[in-house]
Amino acid sequence: MANLADIFITSILSGNIALTLILGMCPLIAISTNVKNAQGMGLAVIFVVTITGIINYPIYLLLQATGTERLSILVFIITIAATVQFLELFIEKVSPRMYNNFGLFLPLITVNCVVLAVSLFFVNRGYNFGQTAAFSFGASIGWALAIILLAAIREKMKNHSSVPRGLAGRGIVFVVLGILSLAFIGFTGLSFF
Amino acid sequence: MNRFWKRLQYTKWFNISKDGIFKENPIVVAVLGICSALAVTNRVENAIAMGLAVMFVVTASSLVVSAIRNFIPSRVRMITYMVIISSFVILVQMFLEAFFPVIAASLGAYLGLIVTNCIVMGRAEAFAVKNPLKYTFFDGVANSLGYMWILIAVAFFREILAFGTLLNFRVMPDTWVNWTVMALAPGGFFVLALIIWGVREWAKYFDVAAE
Repeated sequence: MANLADIFITSILSGNIALTLILGMCPLIAISTNVKNAQGMGLAVIFVVTITGIINYPIYLLLQATGTERLSILVFIITIAATVQFLELFIEKVSPRMYNNFGLFLPLITVNCVVLAVSLFFVNRGYNFGQTAAFSFGASIGWALAIILLAAIREKMKNHSSVPRGLAGRGIVFVVLGILSLAFIGFTGLSFF
Repeated sequence: MNRFWKRLQYTKWFNISKDGIFKENPIVVAVLGICSALAVTNRVENAIAMGLAVMFVVTASSLVVSAIRNFIPSRVRMITYMVIISSFVILVQMFLEAFFPVIAASLGAYLGLIVTNCIVMGRAEAFAVKNPLKYTFFDGVANSLGYMWILIAVAFFREILAFGTLLNFRVMPDTWVNWTVMALAPGGFFVLALIIWGVREWAKYFDVAAE
């Protein structure tokens, strides 16, 4: 049990998937211009990553049983695309309010590296089912945390700071990300148990 | 020679290549494909391997997309690209594991993540579906060269500062103290920010930067 909690906490803080493993940068930079959009994207990622992580684990076992692990990338991508499509239709039907909040970001998620990365990492690290679930939930919360923090900083920065013109726009975002990343690495060694 | 150079500047393939490498460089100007640009660039040899892998995948998948562009129904085009791209990525992965197991191990999961590298998808969607084979080839090679030289530039500074080596040869004096932070994620962010700043300042891309 402690192991599961450790994986969960590590994947949010010191092993943050956006800031220390550097994944999902394209949407992180493109959608972090205001906090509201960042929250929508963060929620959508938490939803999709957790579900696809849990779905892909039994599929990987199936691939292993038939000796076709080579094709795992291809199969994972198709599962992810299908899940995203299904979730989009489902949410639109069941709760239009929720759809307005984050449904718009769902199609963008298919090409978000985080989703595929979580599936590839549980293969690489040899997690079992419980660990996979904890890792996918933790990693997606970590990503959402990173995008919301970044969006908040960028919103403030837009009004209150004068950035050199060559660095303005997306250049300065990397400096902010670097500092955030240093802060998150500072959590290394943290343990509650 | 001078006349040849003048004429060259008006050919379509020359302009496509120039756009890919400098004017519309995928990393500096469009800010795409950052994940792998930062995650694998703590050593120059990894950067070169990643650059070559991406070059193969971008060129091959754009060529296939361009060849069958008239037969792809536009509603399912994304998933079609995905299937084509991931087949080529699996090829690259098997090739590296068979011939360069050390590099394959140090790239790890990031090799598989070429599938979701925005550059590959971006070239298929923005260029390959609309253009004939020969221009698609130049576009693919030029964009991946533009990606590769930034990758190598980032890796160059990070490897020297973090390990005091260059392609595993010692270049710094023995009294050099390694900057561990350069081998970690923050080092990558800072170096890339400085390189983007430098290139934009040098090439005067302020209209893009100010968006």
